[in-house]
Amino acid sequence: METAEQIRDRLLVRFPGADIAIVANPSPSAQTSLLLPAPHARDIAGWLRDERSLQLDSCSNVTGIDWPDKEVVDTVRTTVADPAGGPAKIVEQKTKRIQPGCLEVVYHLYSVALKHGPVILRLRTGNRSDAVSLPSLTPVWRSCEFQEREVYDLFGVIFDGHPDLRRILMWDGFQGHPMRRDYVEPDDYEWEPTPHGEVLEKAKKHYPTIAPPAAADVVVHNGGAPNP
Amino acid sequence: MDMNDATIITAEQRDDLRRHGILLTSMEELYNWGRSHSIWPLNFGLACCAIEMIAASMAKFDIARFGSEVFRPSPRQADLLIVSGTVTKKMAPQVVRLWNQMPEPKYCIAMGACAISGGPFKQGYNVLKGIDRFIPVDIYIPGCPPRPEALLNGLVQLQQKIRGQAIAGPDAPRHLRSDQSCDCDVPEFGEHDLEPPHNPAIWSAPTLVRKEAP
Repeated sequence: METAEQIRDRLLVRFPGADIAIVANPSPSAQTSLLLPAPHARDIAGWLRDERSLQLDSCSNVTGIDWPDKEVVDTVRTTVADPAGGPAKIVEQKTKRIQPGCLEVVYHLYSVALKHGPVILRLRTGNRSDAVSLPSLTPVWRSCEFQEREVYDLFGVIFDGHPDLRRILMWDGFQGHPMRRDYVEPDDYEWEPTPHGEVLEKAKKHYPTIAPPAAADVVVHNGGAPNP
Repeated sequence: MDMNDATIITAEQRDDLRRHGILLTSMEELYNWGRSHSIWPLNFGLACCAIEMIAASMAKFDIARFGSEVFRPSPRQADLLIVSGTVTKKMAPQVVRLWNQMPEPKYCIAMGACAISGGPFKQGYNVLKGIDRFIPVDIYIPGCPPRPEALLNGLVQLQQKIRGQAIAGPDAPRHLRSDQSCDCDVPEFGEHDLEPPHNPAIWSAPTLVRKEAP
């Protein structure tokens, strides 16, 4: 099968206005993916399905990713000559900026006819709050229907052109999208004998009288850390 | 009349007579013996524990040896609700409805870690932290999932529990008493959780008294 780069080059010829980027995957699988612009996504998807040499007739998986706003530190190094004639100094200037977050939808495409795949498509929304619409690919691959409903339910992506966009896992009156990283679930803490991690933080909040063990009470196992 | 005062023959004497071929019994014993050996479970599974429940009903483990092979497809004909698997918050009201539709006397087995406490999904946003928040549970079977032998053991323990039940007096089970309701409140769907998140008449969170900080 053609590589993602080859498919991208053919797509750029076929869709001259589309800005198609390659998203590299540094993991051992090295499954590079195509980041499609939302306005052209459905036309490109239809072409990928119908093109004779690709025939990507099966969409096996649709999933979502939440990318929250991220603080990025840019470091600029400038060399300042010493007016006294000494060695030049290197001055580092650090600037912080907020990289805006987005919601991403990933499609895995296979060809049953030609027995190859996957080709991976990514679509990104404008932001995480008000520009969360993406074109639905259900008109191209019918198997996307329930999975796009799941992405809508858990991440809050609105799929334009979806035939039946309702919640699928949570109930209809549910508020919010629980797979978003900033979703706060109701504080329904129940006592657990060995809390750790986030549960330990909750336990401390619900049992504020946890006393730190006195040094004499701490039992140190062979080479192990003392119990918290 | 107090039942105990009417008992002339003790249990030891009765067993001794039985060894000599004389069968003496009481209404209570006969009634509970009959009930305990034909517990019909509801044909109802929720997750992977249901596969073990199905295996227990098949030839190799053969739940029919204990009189429970008749899995009823209708709650109206079932005695036993085996909550076999993860109960999501979306599913919980339907499980409580099934329980309310079952006729008394009825029993509930919480099978597996999820049905007992939410199990590995306890901190999930859509998993109920144990079915005992809404339904009175008689037998808890730990495991993830429990082996069919564990389910059979739970069933035998339920049979022992039934055989120990009094049919009159203050210790009688709820279906023989007029002061206790047999129905459980069905929770509603809220904005983020079930309303209420647990039935306060049945369940309250376990508490632990911790040492005060010095």
